[in-house]
Amino acid sequence: MTYHWDFYTVMQSFDLLVWGVWTTFLYTVGSIAIGVVVGAASCYARISRFWWLRLISRSYQELFRCTPLLVQILWAYYALPMLLGISISNATAGLLTLSLYVGSFYAEIFRGGILAIDKGQREASAAIGMSGLQSMRYVILPQAVKNMLPAFINQSVIQLKNTSLLYAISIAELTYMTSVVTSETYRPLEAYSLAAVLYFAMLFPLTQVADHFERRMRRSD
Amino acid sequence: MTNSAVISVTGLGKSFGKLEVLRGIDLDLMPGEVLGVIGPSGSGKSTLIRCLNMMEVPSSGTIRFKGREVSPRFRGRGEAIGTGELRRKVGMVFQHFNLFPHLTVLANVTAGPIKVLGEPRGEVEARAMDLLGQVGLADKARAYPAHLSGGQKQRVAIARALAMRPEVLLLDEVTSALDPELVGEVLAVIRRLADTGMTMVLVTHEMGFAADVASRVLFMEGGRIAEQGSAEDILRKPESERLRAFLARFHA
Repeated sequence: MTYHWDFYTVMQSFDLLVWGVWTTFLYTVGSIAIGVVVGAASCYARISRFWWLRLISRSYQELFRCTPLLVQILWAYYALPMLLGISISNATAGLLTLSLYVGSFYAEIFRGGILAIDKGQREASAAIGMSGLQSMRYVILPQAVKNMLPAFINQSVIQLKNTSLLYAISIAELTYMTSVVTSETYRPLEAYSLAAVLYFAMLFPLTQVADHFERRMRRSD
Repeated sequence: MTNSAVISVTGLGKSFGKLEVLRGIDLDLMPGEVLGVIGPSGSGKSTLIRCLNMMEVPSSGTIRFKGREVSPRFRGRGEAIGTGELRRKVGMVFQHFNLFPHLTVLANVTAGPIKVLGEPRGEVEARAMDLLGQVGLADKARAYPAHLSGGQKQRVAIARALAMRPEVLLLDEVTSALDPELVGEVLAVIRRLADTGMTMVLVTHEMGFAADVASRVLFMEGGRIAEQGSAEDILRKPESERLRAFLARFHA
């Protein structure tokens, strides 16, 4: 049996896929941006000297790391509005969940990067009169960021792929748009193949950047 | 006793959990004095020197800097001096150098004056170059710590501490991590500092050097000052059996 490939039909709806790529991109960048802020705050809370801050932060992280993202998305969209008695748009529910999810992973990446810095660095900066914040800013973070970068990029790559789960709440990202194209053209093979190629084209450069940093780090050690 | 001591320690105790590392230390450090601290490992000498700039927070007793009580907080309250201000005036050099690996030698030396004291960069860099000249490393200003030998790193660390223009310098076993052939260059720098009248506390295993440079030597054992006196008395005419035994191992 030979399958008769027909990309022409699918290409007629290519603008829909482009729209999907754009939406995927926006949700990725948006959730990474919010996730970095949330992750940094959560990381800071976890190394704080106040036990209740540590507890809150820890609980948040475990909650989001130990439940499936799809369940979180569905819960935020369908269950949370019932609990709060307000309506939440799918965009808000989607962006919020993705951000909190990736934030919980970023927090641990940040914390690991900071804890990996020798405690002598902290002492040396304190010994010249730096405050905790100054030490963090001028001494610890510049070194820690380098350590964090590969894991951070990897998590961000996963994050872009995770946006496909927004399909479940009808957000017009690439996977959802592909299903739309499929139902219009009855060409699932071409449509999903094209979607895969588009995802690959977005992510391959990113993983190369991650590898580059990882190689450079090994060299400087 | 109110006196002219730069650092004055009374009844200092420090415990890590159940382990008592320091017990009832009394000590006055006078201006221009070079205090050598010797003793077997575990005798508390490193903990003592680390308490002097609050790198370790004492469990009991008080430390005064020029008569002002030292607080374990970054900002002091009322009369008390906080660790931020204290450490601007009491510099420290570590056994393992702890240079900032992401900064050049010059930036290591200028970081404190620029970020902490807020002094203008141009002025600080000129002074830093002068200090690097004094420790014989002016040509390494643009190098990164990873490209230096241990002895060079330690000399940069000393320049970094001096760039803050401290009134006291704490040296915590600064030659212990060095290859034997590199010890001399670091000791020479400290020797010159002593000659300029810098007040120093020097925890060391280099008995010969302590004898040479220290104006007073403490022998510590079991968290207490077991014996103290002039370098001559302590190192050449030890009174206690313990000190004799300790010194004998070094002279062997």
